[in-house]
Amino acid sequence: MSNFALIIYCGLITFLTRFSMIAILKREMFNDRIREVLSFVPSAIFPAIIFPAIFLDSYGSIQLENNPKILATIIAVCIGLFSKNILATILSGLATYWFLIFF
Amino acid sequence: MNKKSKNFLKGIKDTSPLMIPVIPFGIIFGVLAIDIGLSPLTTIAMSVIIFGGASQIIFLQLFSAGASSLVILSSVGAVNSRHLLYGTVLSEHLSDLSLTWKIIVSYFLVDQAFAVSNDYFKNNKKDKYKYLHLLGGGLNCWTIWQVTTIIGIYLGSIIPEKLGLSFAIPLTFLALLVNDFRKLINVIIILISGSIATLGYQIIPFKAYVIVAATVSLFVAYVITKIVNKYYE
Repeated sequence: MSNFALIIYCGLITFLTRFSMIAILKREMFNDRIREVLSFVPSAIFPAIIFPAIFLDSYGSIQLENNPKILATIIAVCIGLFSKNILATILSGLATYWFLIFF
Repeated sequence: MNKKSKNFLKGIKDTSPLMIPVIPFGIIFGVLAIDIGLSPLTTIAMSVIIFGGASQIIFLQLFSAGASSLVILSSVGAVNSRHLLYGTVLSEHLSDLSLTWKIIVSYFLVDQAFAVSNDYFKNNKKDKYKYLHLLGGGLNCWTIWQVTTIIGIYLGSIIPEKLGLSFAIPLTFLALLVNDFRKLINVIIILISGSIATLGYQIIPFKAYVIVAATVSLFVAYVITKIVNKYYE
């Protein structure tokens, strides 16, 4: 398969993951119980992106010692809970991280 | 200002703080793609056709490691399968749209746009133009992604790797979750999902750890809420 064909197939499968449920599901299929469970979708997906990025090194091994990302994340969570501000959360985490690796 | 453009602009505004980490991410993608030998045109085509940051990086990783087309395709599908859940959550609010609009907003259904529009849709159920919020947010992400891909292709090497800007990505998702840290059930789900993904990262094939972790923890959410509801009946 040429690179370009592969990219088009990847684009197609990505589009289908986004489009299929929107195309298939109808409002009548929802009830309060389904809504309740679906309200946990962000809590179920985002940590699966967050945790490996914090706890794994670039080789995919778990790194708990000498890992400035852990403290930076804790600070970011505290600032986030306190400020309820998305930007403050991101910037406080980055600032802590830079402080830890440069000083 | 009419309701339509108000929703559209609100979508742009709501996603804007989330765009700061996308900038280094897009640049990193552009740099990596050129680094492993893709042409500028192929790299841009990838950002336009796939338009999914994490899956594009995984594409590059596997491509440079010499993986087969089938492995690359299934890994991209696995990484992006989380959109099935986004679509499921939002479909209720988009079910009255024409097919054309469903196709358009689906193309723009990325993590950041989902996160802010999900809240907006819940708070503006009656507004029939609310889908324009998703369009505005998605288009904002799209524009930043394409521009930063191009910057990465042509100027990328001037950004020092030492800054550790890739750490901004988990921070974005963390910022989107921060309100859920106040609720006990959510905290349990967050810890389960994060642990499965971290421990399963090496073991689960095709980089499917995200959807595996999400599905298991969503099932746990189903069970816990069922028990809690029963208890309060």
